[in-house]
Amino acid sequence: MSEVTKNVSETSAATLQTMRERDMQKVSAKQKIVKICVQTALYLFLGVMALIVLFPFYWMLVSSVKTMPEYIRPIPTLIPHTWDFHNYVEVFQNEDLLLGQLFANTLFVGVVSTLLSLIITVLSAFAFARLEFKGKNLLFAALLATMMIPGELFTITNYQTVNSFGWLNTFTVLIVPFLVSVFYIYLLKQNFQQVPNELYLAAKVDGTTDLKYLWKVMIPLALPTLISITILKMMGSWNSYMWPRLVANDEAHRLITNGLRTAFTSAEGVTDVPLQMAAIAVVSAPLFLVFVFLRKYIMKGVSRSGIKG
Amino acid sequence: MAEKNATLLGRVWQSISAFFKEKIWQGFCVNILYKKFDRYKGWIYLAPAIVLLLIFTVWPIFNTVRMAFLEGYTTMKDVRGDTFSFGLGNFTRVLEYKGFLTALKNTMLLTVLTVPISTFLALLIAVCLNSIKWFSRALQTIFFLPYVTNSIAIGMVFAAMFNMIIGGGARPDFIGVVNIVIEALGGEYINWMNEGAEYWAMITVMVVYIVWNALPFKILILLGGLQSVNKQYYEAAKVDATPRWRVFTRITIPLLSPMLAYVIITGFIGGFKEYSSIVGVFGESMRAPGDPTYTLDTMVGFIYRAISNQEGTASAAALILFVIILVVTMINLYVSKKKTHY
Repeated sequence: MSEVTKNVSETSAATLQTMRERDMQKVSAKQKIVKICVQTALYLFLGVMALIVLFPFYWMLVSSVKTMPEYIRPIPTLIPHTWDFHNYVEVFQNEDLLLGQLFANTLFVGVVSTLLSLIITVLSAFAFARLEFKGKNLLFAALLATMMIPGELFTITNYQTVNSFGWLNTFTVLIVPFLVSVFYIYLLKQNFQQVPNELYLAAKVDGTTDLKYLWKVMIPLALPTLISITILKMMGSWNSYMWPRLVANDEAHRLITNGLRTAFTSAEGVTDVPLQMAAIAVVSAPLFLVFVFLRKYIMKGVSRSGIKG
Repeated sequence: MAEKNATLLGRVWQSISAFFKEKIWQGFCVNILYKKFDRYKGWIYLAPAIVLLLIFTVWPIFNTVRMAFLEGYTTMKDVRGDTFSFGLGNFTRVLEYKGFLTALKNTMLLTVLTVPISTFLALLIAVCLNSIKWFSRALQTIFFLPYVTNSIAIGMVFAAMFNMIIGGGARPDFIGVVNIVIEALGGEYINWMNEGAEYWAMITVMVVYIVWNALPFKILILLGGLQSVNKQYYEAAKVDATPRWRVFTRITIPLLSPMLAYVIITGFIGGFKEYSSIVGVFGESMRAPGDPTYTLDTMVGFIYRAISNQEGTASAAALILFVIILVVTMINLYVSKKKTHY
């Protein structure tokens, strides 16, 4: 008797168990469907947004190899019928553009100003991070305070200053005024401070000079930050427009962005869009190459700085 | 030998000179020269930076303020030896100037339109990127791509996308790829930026370009914030079976609020300094062809045009810009302090 009831209760317990499992499966199946739907929607949205983000680049590249008659077709060809690369040759020969000269000018200004800027930044960051002197904290706070002021406020007087120095239309005027960046000093100082002070003291005991210590220990340890700074500074020279336009607008010293804008502004009538797109593609190419190979450093530098160049 | 036979006086002298040699001279060498040098070493390392900052940062701050408050200041008159009276003339003249009011209106309008749109879109994209499994890295790279561009150069690409090529007929020879898409969707083509384009159409082009340009930085920052949110909050919500939307508004947004505040503040600052993106699309004249005035001028554009011959006006305008940015940042900080949860 008692065995039977026990059996019954056991079986009912077992059925209950399976029923609950079935319910759970139902619920989880429902959840699964919802999850798949949500994921699909997410991918759809992101896909559409990605297409919108990429479209200008695609349009630039596709248009650059089209001929003008193909470009102005009422229904544009998504893949060009004729791949016409002569625009890419033409941009280097065009008398209005002189792309080769622009490249050389920009590269020269970029390399020299990056090198000098790195030296100044390293020395300053070292002084702020390791050396003790009176007024250090006050000076650093004052430097940080200048970061709040918009650059245009400096530009007005700086234009006056470089004019009175006789620096207009030289390479000096493109390099010197922007050598010191408070932000880079700040960034590197933070990095230097992470190096334990004991290393510095040990090096002192061994009679290592500060400069040797800086070169042998600090710089290798802070290399990622230095690479980030280098890339941002180079990109800054490549993209700078307003200051070069203002102070060095002659042919011999013109920088690439300015040259590009000027070349396609002066022409009257219908612009040769494919040629223009080819020029833009050539100017953008170095930036993309840098991005492809050094993405990690760029994204790290940008997320900490929030500034372009 | 000599020491032994020395007189008392000699011995005293010797001990004095020894004392001098050991203590004073060394003291001079070590304490004065070495330690002084050590104390000033920091300044020596900083010398190049300080010299440049004094010339190109500190002096401009004083000089720009000075020029702004001198009535009708120009460098040419200053060099000639004219004296200027102190006053607010530059400011009143700037504020009465119609071109400046246009610039102010455009700048405000573009900022007020682009910051909310780009922040909202960036938040949406960042949240989506954070909740997908595959291709997350690849999509992140795609969304970051517009950052690594030259804003003038890509502005010219946008101009080509919106521009029409007008021929002899009633209908333009080529209506531009954006208009082609609009017509394909059943709309009518719009004159975005050719001769006779309407103000709202040109502003729309600029809003599209500025938002496109502003997205990558915002996505990067917001995604970084999302990835650092403690997963335990979400697990707790899961246990309580909290609906998705509630999780988003009650957990994600509050925990993300510092990053949102940062993105919005930098967005406002960038918006008030808008200039080169407009030059990229519309050219240096900042208008559609045929417009009589600088229709799409901005504050920075106004300042740049005044730099080389009206320094007083430019300085006053720059100070006004500075004050606006400062006030807006303060308001933002105040609001975000009340709303953010750290």
